[in-house]
Amino acid sequence: MVLIYIDNADQEIKNASHEAICYGAALAKQLGTSAEALILGNVNEDLASLGKYGASKIHQVKNSALTHFDSKQFATVISEAAKVLGASVLVFAHNVNGKAVAPAVAVKLGAGIVTGACALPKTDNDFVVTKTVFSGKAFASIQINTAIKIITINQNSFGVLMQDANALVENLEINVPVSNLKITSVDKIKGEIPLTEATLVVSGGRGLKGPENWGILLDLAKALGASTACSRPVSDSDWRPHHEHVGQTGLQIAPNLYIAIGISGAIQHLAGVNRSKTIVVINKDPEAPFFKAADYGVVGDAFEVVPELTAAILKSKGGA
Amino acid sequence: MKILVCISKTPDTTAKIAFAEGNTKFDENGVQWIINPYDEWYALVKAIELKERDASVTIHLVTVGGADTEPIIRKALALGGDEAFRVNNTSNDSMVVAQEIAAIAKQGAYDLILTGKETIDYNSASIGAMLSALLDQNFISAAVKLDLNGKIAIVTREIEGGEETCETNLPVIISCQKGMAEQRIPNMRGIMAARTKPLNVLEASISAQNTTIKSFELPPAKTGVKLVDPTNMDELVRLLKEEAKVI
Repeated sequence: MVLIYIDNADQEIKNASHEAICYGAALAKQLGTSAEALILGNVNEDLASLGKYGASKIHQVKNSALTHFDSKQFATVISEAAKVLGASVLVFAHNVNGKAVAPAVAVKLGAGIVTGACALPKTDNDFVVTKTVFSGKAFASIQINTAIKIITINQNSFGVLMQDANALVENLEINVPVSNLKITSVDKIKGEIPLTEATLVVSGGRGLKGPENWGILLDLAKALGASTACSRPVSDSDWRPHHEHVGQTGLQIAPNLYIAIGISGAIQHLAGVNRSKTIVVINKDPEAPFFKAADYGVVGDAFEVVPELTAAILKSKGGA
Repeated sequence: MKILVCISKTPDTTAKIAFAEGNTKFDENGVQWIINPYDEWYALVKAIELKERDASVTIHLVTVGGADTEPIIRKALALGGDEAFRVNNTSNDSMVVAQEIAAIAKQGAYDLILTGKETIDYNSASIGAMLSALLDQNFISAAVKLDLNGKIAIVTREIEGGEETCETNLPVIISCQKGMAEQRIPNMRGIMAARTKPLNVLEASISAQNTTIKSFELPPAKTGVKLVDPTNMDELVRLLKEEAKVI
């Protein structure tokens, strides 16, 4: 059985977990087995509806001690659940919590693990998973040699497919150890889609010359319904908040569309965005290295091009 | 107070990524090696900052790799480690690396184990969580801030769409990222001192591999950028809609 861990940070199930279920369901089909999901704690969502992503059963460990993500505690519960349920493959989203718990589960189950997978494994003779390495600059095919296998799947690399189905929701009794972490504050950015979950991203660099010029970028983001990001020099100069920094040392994202405005495309920046499906680069310097990594390029002054693009998008939306 | 910092050797961030021996090995020709940036800038420098505030802090370094990792260990010692351990195991399976580090950690009874949030070569992001299970200690991932108050660690970590702060008793394992500390450059005194600091070499004790790398592959080359006339943004919108189908 393929068991998919559902990350329910703040009682909310994010797109990364929907995608993990879809991936697990496709893998289960390939292996001729069932896809079931595991959720820890209570959640304000209709769990049966998660069947639409392909899980036939949702196992829920309800326990008042499971109020907040704690890697050590969750790893213990997930490992016990996997043993009780007889899981042969475990799938996690490669998001913050998935990365923090899956390798610990691998130790507890004596399982081989591949983190950051970007496709379904090849399972004809052995079990070989392809993952991104060198910060998205290459792929590695890795064979898992153990009976139990664990995969974390890169966000927005497999996609979400929906069908018309409901899952059976069952209670699972597992001993839950106490957490030794005390959460003292949670600070969430209100009203924005987290960058790692965004499908459309508009990003600005030093070419915009100063924080006072961000209006044209924000207008474009608003017209598209996109999230905003920035390059490292921009966040280092405090033109934009640090949580918007994408790149090698910032967030690594993989949206469907990444529009880079006034970003030259240093290799460290590309490492954070090179898994984007489509990249548009707007830069007045035709020699900017980012053009080599782009699908579409506009050589021109951002202060003229960006408002034109915003107008064109609004026009196309109005006309549709 | 004893701190163990896990150090990994990685290619420089600007290194050309290519493969050799029928795409089964990373091509090391002409590659400059560095301390994995997350291990150096954030984990190691954070440990050094803690030592600067409290002289009783001892910083040990551990790396798992061949003799070719010694230059980066010397650099880490020059930055401010007190003593280093190298386990002579060249496996690239995270579980093997974690087990080797766990054996060192058990000997040393550390209050704090710091790792980078991931390495920039294999991007496994696994060592901290694995150590947590192997040592039965708390683990806090993707930390951006750390303060100590006696035997309590106060840690701020990244969560989806924000940050949270938590407290836990030592010992604890923490994986570090941007925000923890600022990059430093070793000074001449540190470089001289590093020559005589102990670098202990231990033989590999773990051999069973849970995973095996079969091959590497480079992504297909971009077919080339399609340039759009800057005065014709309607065309760009059309391409994004009809060709790329992303809006």
